Amino acid sequence: MRVSVVTFPGSNCDQDAVWAFGEILGVDVTPVWHKSHDLANPDLVFIPGGFSFGDYLRSGAIARFSPIMNEVAQHYRKGGYVMGICNGFQILCEMGILPGCLMKNRDLAFLCQDVYVRCESSKSPLTYGLSTGTVLNIPIAHGMGRYVADDDTLRSLEDHQQVVFRYTTASGELTEEANPNGSLNAIAGICDESGRALGMMPHPERHVESALGSDDGLQVLGGLIEYLEYAAT
Amino acid sequence: MDSKTYRVSVQLKPSVLDPQGKTVAHALHALGFEEVTDVRIGKIISLKIHGDLPDDEVRGRIDAMCQKLLANPVIETFELVED
Repeated sequence: MRVSVVTFPGSNCDQDAVWAFGEILGVDVTPVWHKSHDLANPDLVFIPGGFSFGDYLRSGAIARFSPIMNEVAQHYRKGGYVMGICNGFQILCEMGILPGCLMKNRDLAFLCQDVYVRCESSKSPLTYGLSTGTVLNIPIAHGMGRYVADDDTLRSLEDHQQVVFRYTTASGELTEEANPNGSLNAIAGICDESGRALGMMPHPERHVESALGSDDGLQVLGGLIEYLEYAAT
Repeated sequence: MDSKTYRVSVQLKPSVLDPQGKTVAHALHALGFEEVTDVRIGKIISLKIHGDLPDDEVRGRIDAMCQKLLANPVIETFELVED
């Protein structure tokens, strides 16, 4: 089981991800610099959060043209798995692997807080082991997290169970207050049609030990590793 | 080498909520500019291009730049600003 974590200038939580996969989950993890052409033959590519290239032009707009992203696109096209967190989600949208776009938060403020998300679908194997309706406590840290897509795209996402996480209250209710950034349909994470690409704004790699406040993030990362190990056998 | 400046306007699509524009509209109202009914905030990108390229070829290449990088067609429209 191999995970590659891509780092861009301005990435953050890449080392948290390396820690979560390597130390907590005991997976073979390789940090990969964005200028590299060698993805290290992973089962999963993890694109971390942060502010790649200073979020210049649009979040993720420059990062998608980094040399390593050709390899990431090829890995995905060949049937590989890709997970984008926060800025990684924005990059997957800019690449066109995921539909829609992440825009400035409704209230314009940068939000750094714990939120609750509800698992909405078992479409993506990357949420293996998470049953629909499960509520997780996972932190967000973003200024550009408001998910936007046109009506047809939204309808198609809903119809095909591609909405993987929605912002809810701790008890799993959809309320306007529980949606921190004004995302359409309270969307916190989506997958592509195949389920092999998953993007989400909350940071599961930040909540992998109770000493960090919660280990709910392990339910996401641990589940996907369990699936990939199972798929590899 | 002479170069010519081209300006591209990148604007949010009308269907996309622009909270920054809404906030600025509120501020203008607070300053007494009640005639303002809406504000949308976009970008102007200035490009200096080698002057020896024919204008229509430059326009075609700027269109490609916008399609590929300068604008995101999911949320934005773009056009060359004619001076």
